[in-house]
Amino acid sequence: MSTAETRTICKPGDYKSDIKPIWCPGCGDYHVLLSFTRAFAQLGLRPEDTVVVSGIGCSSRIPAYLSCYGFHGVHGRSLALATGLKVSRPDLTVVVASGDGDGYSIGGNHFIQACRRNIDMTYVVMDNRVYGMTKGQPSPTTEPDFDTALFPGGTGLSPFHPLVIALASGANFVARAFSGEPNETANILVEAIRHPGFSFVEVLSPCVTFRPDEREWKNLVHPAPVAATSDPAKAARRIMTDDGFNIGILYRGERRPYQIKAATKAIDIGELEKDFAL
Amino acid sequence: MSKAPSIPPIFSVADLLAIAYRIELDAVERYGVLADQMETHNNPELTRVFRDLSKAESIHAAEIREMAGDADLNGRASALHSVWRKGESPEEVDLGAAHYLMTPWHALQLCLAGEKRALAFFTSIAETAKDAKVKEMAAELVEEEAEHVNLVYRLLRKYPKPTDSWCQDGDPPAAQD
Amino acid sequence: MRETEHISVAIVGSGGAGALTAGNFLLEAASLAGWHGLLTRTVGPQIRGGEAAALLRLANRPVECLADRIDLLVGIDWLNVDRFGAEIEIGPQSLVVTDPAGGDLPAFVSRAGARSAEVPIKDIAKSVPDGRPNMVALGVAAGVLGLSEQDLSAVIEKRLAEKGDKAIDASKAALKAGIIAAAQLDLGLRLPPPKARDAQCWLVSGNEMTGLGAIRGGVRFAAAYPITPASEILEWLAPNLAKVGGLLFQAEDELAAINMAIGASFGGTPALTATSGPGLSLMTEAIGLATATEIPVVIVDVMRAGPSTGIPTKSEQADLNIAVYGLHGDAPHVVVAPQSIADCLFTTQWAVYLAEVLQSPAVMLSDQFIGQAVAAIDRPADVAFIGRRATAVPQMGAYKRYAVAGGGVSPMAIPGMPGGQYTADGLTHNERGIPTSNENDHRVQLDKRRGKLEQFSYGDHWATLEGDGEVAVITWGSLTGAAREAVNQLRAGGFAVRLIAPRLLLPAQPERLQAALEGVDRVLIVEQTHGGQFHRYLRAHYDLPIEVRLLNRPGPLPIRASEIARAVMEWRS
Repeated sequence: MSTAETRTICKPGDYKSDIKPIWCPGCGDYHVLLSFTRAFAQLGLRPEDTVVVSGIGCSSRIPAYLSCYGFHGVHGRSLALATGLKVSRPDLTVVVASGDGDGYSIGGNHFIQACRRNIDMTYVVMDNRVYGMTKGQPSPTTEPDFDTALFPGGTGLSPFHPLVIALASGANFVARAFSGEPNETANILVEAIRHPGFSFVEVLSPCVTFRPDEREWKNLVHPAPVAATSDPAKAARRIMTDDGFNIGILYRGERRPYQIKAATKAIDIGELEKDFAL
Repeated sequence: MSKAPSIPPIFSVADLLAIAYRIELDAVERYGVLADQMETHNNPELTRVFRDLSKAESIHAAEIREMAGDADLNGRASALHSVWRKGESPEEVDLGAAHYLMTPWHALQLCLAGEKRALAFFTSIAETAKDAKVKEMAAELVEEEAEHVNLVYRLLRKYPKPTDSWCQDGDPPAAQD
Repeated sequence: MRETEHISVAIVGSGGAGALTAGNFLLEAASLAGWHGLLTRTVGPQIRGGEAAALLRLANRPVECLADRIDLLVGIDWLNVDRFGAEIEIGPQSLVVTDPAGGDLPAFVSRAGARSAEVPIKDIAKSVPDGRPNMVALGVAAGVLGLSEQDLSAVIEKRLAEKGDKAIDASKAALKAGIIAAAQLDLGLRLPPPKARDAQCWLVSGNEMTGLGAIRGGVRFAAAYPITPASEILEWLAPNLAKVGGLLFQAEDELAAINMAIGASFGGTPALTATSGPGLSLMTEAIGLATATEIPVVIVDVMRAGPSTGIPTKSEQADLNIAVYGLHGDAPHVVVAPQSIADCLFTTQWAVYLAEVLQSPAVMLSDQFIGQAVAAIDRPADVAFIGRRATAVPQMGAYKRYAVAGGGVSPMAIPGMPGGQYTADGLTHNERGIPTSNENDHRVQLDKRRGKLEQFSYGDHWATLEGDGEVAVITWGSLTGAAREAVNQLRAGGFAVRLIAPRLLLPAQPERLQAALEGVDRVLIVEQTHGGQFHRYLRAHYDLPIEVRLLNRPGPLPIRASEIARAVMEWRS
């Protein structure tokens, strides 16, 4: 986070807009919205200096439900929008919201490149292991044997492992959260936003409509057995061997964030023409 | 919730009331959120139920506010924030248990679970607190919560457990994006 | 020795001979002497060592197109030159200088019946320590044209400064030897002495002028994904944007590039990206997003031959359809097209201005011909168009980002402004920016976005209108120069013809074209496409006289002024 931490008098409720979410009651994203507001309040962020950028999908609806600036862009390109915004306006706090389809399928390449660039922003992916908005197709994190209309009997494909990809690509902060623990998630978001460079938080957020089996997640999640490491190799080993339900900050890196050059005093445009003159 | 709420170190009655106040306010907000959800999803009966619950919690909050006198409850709660926010709030209503077709019975079950957790929370403080005044106030809060629990049980008498067909929807889901 | 208004020279060679560098130096020296000129090049598919030709036209007035015929062809060698035989037209009057050791004369040369003269270029180069054949060829060409050794030496010193004195001396020596060898040659043509120039002379490509126009217009962020023939815009902008306090950022693909530019613009920074046809195809979804969210952004498409991967190094005008019609839904936006290398400066600056004022994407259709050709031009005038976006000073709680007010342009809150918070959304939205499926909101916003473009006063820049007559030549983009030359030739022969070349393609200006066509009963539409895209665009948006003819050809060969003139003459009643 690049803004100075000023304690403003914004309560979590101040970060909510007056727009009522269209998410199904029971959706994990309601909790995530709560976590956002609590995290922003804890950080003392000014709504006018904060921008939430998203793509397309249920989770990507979140900017409209917050009182900050927002951008609900096209499918899969939220990180590109956010990158252009942050490098030209490093004074803003930029949080990117996405889902497993938007972020890991169509957005996959931008995800990898954003981790590499390590620009100071926070990427929150609400993973419900399904394409909810379009009625239930498998996503890159769907289990291989999960039955859907497009893939009866399951895709048979090895699920995408976003935390490993993020780590390998150079993200500076990697965490997993569970929507059903909004306080813990808020704490993780606070740390993620504070941590310099590209912070990635995958939030397991059940889809009550298309994945009612995910109600079981609350019984499966558990705190990660060991505190976060700053050693990518250790982090890789831990992440590759966990059961997918380790909750907490898994990696806190020390990579130097992308240096956004502050705009220096410009030279006169007339100076540029000298190269053309004979 | 997968996590039992952690007990923060409570050193004074003012701290205890600050936390109790925050718990009630969270519940006010949470029931408000559920009421909004039910309204957006065209369930007027549950909209009313959750608005009533939200109002009830705000009355509880006001009672605590009065008990606390001049104390800066918000300030104290914020100061304790980094400690007690480690776990989830005791009366945290599980938004994940909501359903657009839920019935009053379901809502009351949610409420009951929250009240029971709050009861257990204050009971534990009453048992473990070192300070006598804190113990006393915690015991008072235990009685309050017990009363709430009983109230919910009485309300549940009015609403039978629904049959399995309660969540049947005549229409398939609609894709929006 | 006949005096002529223009002379065309081609220098060809392969395998690293350096024909293109020789052509560059020749143009620069001629410019120093005061002539105007245009240089294009054509190359084989190899990255190094391929066959290459530098094609240069010099004259005493601005040159915007190539001539029909090459007057002087200097062949360092002839390997694989047949590949671009069709682009190097020579005739019986042409002089071909050939190195006996450079291989057999290619078929297109021997067929032409041109005069030929032998100059042992390679041997002469070898006779000079570290001598290069292309410097000898340069000397030969310069000698035939009568360019001064002094001017050429100055160019060599400037351009080879980095390579050190030894290289400079060797090049000068080879140049001198070439000039001496040229003494025996007689082209039979001579350019009159150059007139004094009123303005400073610039040696520039269209791509460089595009970059400068962007900066002059106020762009301070560019997102880059390289593609031929647009990469030079981004390469020029990288250091030069930084010098003026801006930033160029490389993206992982065109999808990211356009979205980055939009993100930067949302944050308040005028932004641009540059690409070619395949990239523009990828960008269309996000251009629609910028349209719907009313975010200014400039997209430069340096058109190349298509479809699909096409001919990346050759020009064509067939991205008109996708620029105008490529957005899904009803998505009015701005499309402009520069008409010459110099005009790239104005039109890009204008595009930035329009994008910012109208809060819209602006697609600028340049092409490989003007993008990569180099011309000696008069320093273009400074123009007052600087992008000025209407920004909001909102009241808390009352701000409507997409408020419908007079003119249709609603002030834009920039992140950082308290009270201006809104969510930009590709979803159809109401005045507050909140998603809606309501038919009135949808209609209101569609009306707003179309209205703001249609109600704007674009001024005389919307088109080039020259001359009078009952016949009009309508063209656009890089063909404007050839059309102008044709029309001027016809006028000189006593036949009045009008030239109409829109610079603003979208929104269409039907009333203004109608006024321009007053008294015209025949229209010749000229375009470099296979499918007649410009013709269909005109028919879709404008009323045309009953008699319409089409002169169209896809790339890679440019359409010459004489072809246009001939087509008009054939039509005389």
